[in-house]
Amino acid sequence: MSFHPSMNYGRGHQKSARAMPEEGSAFEYTADNRAKLEAICARYPDDQRKSAILAALYLVQHQQGYITRNAIRHVGEAIGCTAEEVEEVVSFYTMFYTRPVGRYVLQVCRTLSCALMGAERVTEELAKTLGIEPGQTDPKGEFSLFEVECLGACDRAPVVGVNDHWHECQKPEDARALVEGLRTKGPAVLTGCYLKVEK
Amino acid sequence: MEPLLTTHIAEPNAATLDFYVKHGGYEPLKKALAMTPDAVVEAVKASGLRGRGGAGFPTGMKWQFIDKKSPKPKYLCCNADESEPGTFKDHVLMERNPHLLFEGCLIGCHAIGAKVAYIYIRGEFYHVQEVLEAELEKARAAGYIGRNILGTGFDCEIYVHRGAGAYEAGEETALIESLEGKRAQPRLKPPFPATHGLYGCPSAVNNVETLCNVPFIIERGADWFAKLGPEKNGGPKLFCVSGHVKRPGTYEASMDVSLRDLIYDPKFAGGMLDGRPLKAVIPGGSSVPLLLPDQIDIPASFDGIAKAGSLLGSAGIIVMDNTTCMVWAAQNLLHFYKHESCGKCTPCREGCDWLFRILEKIERGEGEQRDIDLLLSVSNNILGKTLCAFGDAAATPVLSTIKLFQAEYEAHIREGRCTVSAPWRATARVAVAH
Repeated sequence: MSFHPSMNYGRGHQKSARAMPEEGSAFEYTADNRAKLEAICARYPDDQRKSAILAALYLVQHQQGYITRNAIRHVGEAIGCTAEEVEEVVSFYTMFYTRPVGRYVLQVCRTLSCALMGAERVTEELAKTLGIEPGQTDPKGEFSLFEVECLGACDRAPVVGVNDHWHECQKPEDARALVEGLRTKGPAVLTGCYLKVEK
Repeated sequence: MEPLLTTHIAEPNAATLDFYVKHGGYEPLKKALAMTPDAVVEAVKASGLRGRGGAGFPTGMKWQFIDKKSPKPKYLCCNADESEPGTFKDHVLMERNPHLLFEGCLIGCHAIGAKVAYIYIRGEFYHVQEVLEAELEKARAAGYIGRNILGTGFDCEIYVHRGAGAYEAGEETALIESLEGKRAQPRLKPPFPATHGLYGCPSAVNNVETLCNVPFIIERGADWFAKLGPEKNGGPKLFCVSGHVKRPGTYEASMDVSLRDLIYDPKFAGGMLDGRPLKAVIPGGSSVPLLLPDQIDIPASFDGIAKAGSLLGSAGIIVMDNTTCMVWAAQNLLHFYKHESCGKCTPCREGCDWLFRILEKIERGEGEQRDIDLLLSVSNNILGKTLCAFGDAAATPVLSTIKLFQAEYEAHIREGRCTVSAPWRATARVAVAH
């Protein structure tokens, strides 16, 4: 527990939110994903297969949406390391989900440059439109809403990450259009990175 | 200065191999491979190229420190983690000019005797990964990457390694840990990566923009490069301007451009948004001290900004107008730092959380006068007491806002509320997930 002689305790002190991933159902890579993993392992020296852990976990997430304890054990076996070594990686990096998330994961950047351009209002409007609080997933499993730290597109603020893509220059009043657009047309409504001029 | 790194970025297909080769690409590689590795290192040293990632360390020196006599393999790690708030230049280069980066990596590998380079991109750069891997494949097929490159007998591979969301992975030893498949936590230094880096082998870790400058040094000479811009601050530089400006974006200039011009000149960010007056500037990414409006008539160079009491850092210029509450700004940044602290060193792990909670309390209107002293005390107990520069970076926004805007802190405490009205802030604060 944190302690400082003149710290005001009793208010705002957080309990650890740490929880182990759930056990989940049995997990095994599809043949395709297993082949992809082996191709990635080949990029590193033979005795350094552990370097492929992040890629291995992305493959799990791609296959079943989130990471479970069964998946962690399977990754350990595939890589040739212990489940603990995999778990310490899963629990460290923010882009691995250990519980189910919606089909579309909306990640509003909350760091300074985006905040200066109104990211707080964007989060507010998206939360209102979706009827959920940041950090939650809607009951249908359609959308999750998160506030995340700097996504690296500060010149196109406020930026919202939607799954693996960027949606730039989002305004609070665009919230409904974004949600409805994703529902009806899917990821095609996202702006992507403005630098892609060949669209 | 004519743009060098970003000349063609807006043109269709600028990222492709054909386009790059048509515009003289991979010629510098041929020239470099005809030189000895030591001659390449000497040329980079003579150019005075300073690392563009944040620290501004001379690249030639970094390469010279590589333990060449070691029997172990050598590695080049390209730091493309670009996570410093306010920084968004490297993804421009990678998306629109990836072959320039590959060429820089290949020349770097030749210089330090490496046969493999890893480009570590941050997890949020999924679209960048797609571009890089497609273009790597083409360069491999054309014989620029792989075995016996251009018939010279030089073998070199380049791989992309995608992170998964960790600011700390931008620190060079944490990046190496992450590349090894562990948590992105920094190592105790020394030993430095030049002797014990990736897999315990001699390694160089260089920023994307740094490596992109190398082909120009080889092509046009160290003297030409050193003369672009002020002394010891040579070469083209990308500046990222964001926040309350008319045209936020990435702008290329030599480092004799003034900070004022970058913000106000129509060639660059074009002035303040809605004409509101400037209140403060963060000139080099969120980790550096603020500058006031009367401090911006300085060259935006490593030395020019250092002289004014801040740092050029990653050249992420965040501009704030008079609707910005400085307590809130510090709170916003400390939320970032407490979230991103890797947890290895106690002063940073605990201190960032304390700082955030005290700032949040003041911003909420429940601050007491002694909280300002407490903020200073906690900050000063983080400064210099951590393995990496993260601790200093986290303490800086607090120390800097108190130094320049103490009256604003006191007004919050006196009036029991935030005293700055900002139309772009949330109307009713939604519960913030910590």
